[in-house]
Parts: sequence; C-alpha cells; structure tokens
Amino acid sequence: MNNFEYKQATNIHDALDLVNQKPDAVFIAGGTNLIDLWKYDLTHPSQLIDINHIPENDEISIQKDGKIRLGAAVKNADTAYHPLIEQKYPLLSRAILAGASAQIRNMASNGGNLLQRTRCYYFYDPDVPCNKRNPGSGCPAKAGYNRIHAILGTSDACIAVFPSDMCIALAALDATVNVSGPNGNRSIPFASFHRLPDNRPDLDNTLEQGEIITSIDLPQDDFSENYSYLKLRDRHSYAFALVSVATAFKLNGNTIELARIALGGVAHKPWRNIEAEEFLKNKEANAENFSAAADMILKGAKGFGHNDFKISLAKKAIIRNGLMALNPSSQLPGAQPSA
Amino acid sequence: MTKTTLNVNQQRYELNLLPWVSLLDALREHLKLTGTKKGCDHGQCGACTIICDGKRILSCMTLAVMKNDSEITTIEGISDGESLHPIQQAFIDHDAFQCGYCTPGQICSAIGMLKEGHAHTREEVQELMSGNICRCGANVGIIDAIMQVKDGGTHE
Repeated sequence: MNNFEYKQATNIHDALDLVNQKPDAVFIAGGTNLIDLWKYDLTHPSQLIDINHIPENDEISIQKDGKIRLGAAVKNADTAYHPLIEQKYPLLSRAILAGASAQIRNMASNGGNLLQRTRCYYFYDPDVPCNKRNPGSGCPAKAGYNRIHAILGTSDACIAVFPSDMCIALAALDATVNVSGPNGNRSIPFASFHRLPDNRPDLDNTLEQGEIITSIDLPQDDFSENYSYLKLRDRHSYAFALVSVATAFKLNGNTIELARIALGGVAHKPWRNIEAEEFLKNKEANAENFSAAADMILKGAKGFGHNDFKISLAKKAIIRNGLMALNPSSQLPGAQPSA
Repeated sequence: MTKTTLNVNQQRYELNLLPWVSLLDALREHLKLTGTKKGCDHGQCGACTIICDGKRILSCMTLAVMKNDSEITTIEGISDGESLHPIQQAFIDHDAFQCGYCTPGQICSAIGMLKEGHAHTREEVQELMSGNICRCGANVGIIDAIMQVKDGGTHE
C-alpha cells in the first residue's frame, strides 16, 4: 500500500483542475472498490480527489425532455429506493438491490458502480501474471480455475467479467453516460461505455484521461410494466452473479413490440445482442421464442473448462427471465425461488 | 496530516489524521473505541459496520478524513446508559451470538436496517442483513432477535 494525498473538490471544474495537475490522481466517491484495490496494492494513486461534495452530481432529477438524470455521486441505495426509480424504472431498482450488501449500497456511488473492476481472482493476486493488471504478462485464468469467467466476447489476452448488476439494467434501458473532461462535456451511449478486452484488457471502458462521470440519463422508455432481473449465484445474497439477465418488454397483448435482454456475468461488459431483440419483435411472448432468442445471444459462446456450465445456465436464465418479465409482480429482489 | 472532526456517540473529537487512516482504525486506534471490530478489512464480512449520518456503512472501507463533521454511532453509543438497546436485549433473549466477534456489526447493521424501513418480511430481513457474516452459525438467532424488535416496534 502506498501513501497518498487527499483533496476535496467542491465543483466539477475543481475536480478537473486537480486531476489535470496530477495525472496519476484518482477520483474517490464511495471508495468501496478503490479502497479495496488500494489495500491489495493493486492501485497506487498519488492523490485521491474526493468528489462527494459536488452538489450538482448528487441529485436525481427530471430533465426538460422528460428523461431522468441520476447524479454520479448519488448512492446506489438512494437510487434504488428513490420513488421515481421504484415506480418508473423498477428493473433498475431490482438490479441495484440484487448487488452487494446493504452497507455497500449505502456507500457506493452510481458513477463508481460503472467503474468497478473485475473480481477475477488472478487480477487480485499480484504474484501471478494478469494482462489486465500488468499488460503483456499473460492470462492464467484461461487454463486455470475459471468458473466465474466469461463465455462471450473473450480475447486471448483476457477472459475476465464485469461484475456489476446495476449496469446490466442500465444497458437494457439504453442509458447514456454524461462525462466532463479537459475537452468539455460529452455523452456516451451505454453500449459504448464499457469495452471488450481485445488486446487491451487493462482498459475497462472508453473514458479518457482526466474525464469524470457527472450523471447517467435514463430514456423515457421505462419498461415499468414488463421487466425482470434474474441473478444466479452461489449463494442467495451478497455474491457476484455467475449469470444474470435483465429483460424488458413492451407488449401488445401477448405480442412483443419491443424487447431488451442484457446479460451479466458472461462478458467483459454488459452483453446485448440486437439481432436477438429484433427477432423477438412481433413474436408471441413464449418460452419457444425466448429459447430461439437465447440461442442467437449465445451463438459463439465458448467455455474454458470450469465455466462451460454458464452456456446452458445462461440459456435457461434467458428463457426463465423472459417468462418472469411477463409477471413482474411475483418477483423478489434477486432470483425468484423456483415454483 | 489532515485536521478531522468526528462526532462519535454524541461526543466531538478533533483528530489530526493521515489521509489513509480508515474510519475503523481511527475509531479503534485513535479513539480507543474497540467495540467496532476488524474482521476481513476488505468490506466482505460486516464486522466493522457503524452508523454514519443515519446510514449503516463499513468503517473499514471508509477513509476517516472523508467523514469530517459526520455524526457517527458505534456499538458503544447505542445503549441508554446501563439500559440496553432493544436490539441488544433481543440478541441476549435469542442467544444470537456465540463467539461475539460479529455481534457489534450485526447490532449496528440491524439498527440501521430497521431505521431504513425497507424490510417487511423475515425474508427481506435476511436479505438486507446479508452483509453481516456470522461464522459461528448464529444467524437463525440473529434474525429471530431482529424480528422480535421489528414486530414489537421498539427500535425507535
């Protein structure tokens, strides 16, 4: 563990100036991942810039165009239990509450949730190679113990998965990430925010040096009628997903007008397949069609031995979650007990 | 050193802290409030749970300098003098501990959870207490104790 300086930013310009002056400075909000990484000696910031005191990042608001804006500094728990989110975006609320523990959700920020790093055990072990931690050193997970690892979008360099639950719902909802940086403000579609490992697994996302997340916008399509978040894991609570699915439909009777299916626990980023979602349009909402969509989503899926089971697990999860989305009133946070 | 004011159990403390001191270490090593326990020190076990500005958080994953001027309640601050907090009494009534190491965190977490008001059923209490691990296996007693207070409405 290294020593570091501590600075507080009270507005975005402050925060950007501070990080501009010291490029190896790191922003801290909830700290639930950063402090852990620092204690494991995996990150070595020279300075932490506390961004919890920037008022405009700390609110959930309705924009003029009707979009809901989630401040980056708002805590995960305050987001999940916010009346607007519970009523209009229950998929997001359920996904957040399926993640971590109550204490961590009270601490973790929305922006930080997007930036959390993989829980690949090889990444966390400084005594072994890891291309994400030490580019070019190798990936022991491929031929190692890879039960929690990716089955889609992997590369020779990395088979780690992105661990968030919240982000799987944000991907399904087509959220937008608003960032500020040295070159001004920009908005990043959620699908382009996280990236696949390719030959640069050290890069989890497309943020540029010196950029800060200020907020996340939710589109007006809220899918508050037919939605479900299913999280399958080794214990019923406080565990990362082996496979998770966020499903949202717009239905006309039992016919699907619009479908969104995002998978967690299977790839380096929230996984969506637009072809499968298009296939479901104007189809009956039934297990047969969900099964065909699952086959499209999982086409090309590849196991590495210990995680082969995820391919069939993901297929079953997609079908089951499709059926659960038809009747959201029966769901519990996380996985619903089998009937 | 960063000058940091911590209001712990309604007492004000002025501390000069290095920025990397966790809130847990500030409580235990600087203020000698050792009721809050260090279990994993990585946010996995919940033994270090305290209540900060009304919310239960993990003191091991929190830098003390980031909680300047906050109102903090630890296990030492929940009883009314010699009179136990209802959750403390319920833990005794239900034999809700064995070794006792997780107990301060369990009790602070339970108080925080009841205050948050999102747990309505036994299953929801179990779900919202999952961040506190008991390795002795007293979980059934712990949930029984919390349910007694919740249903008795004596947690205010």
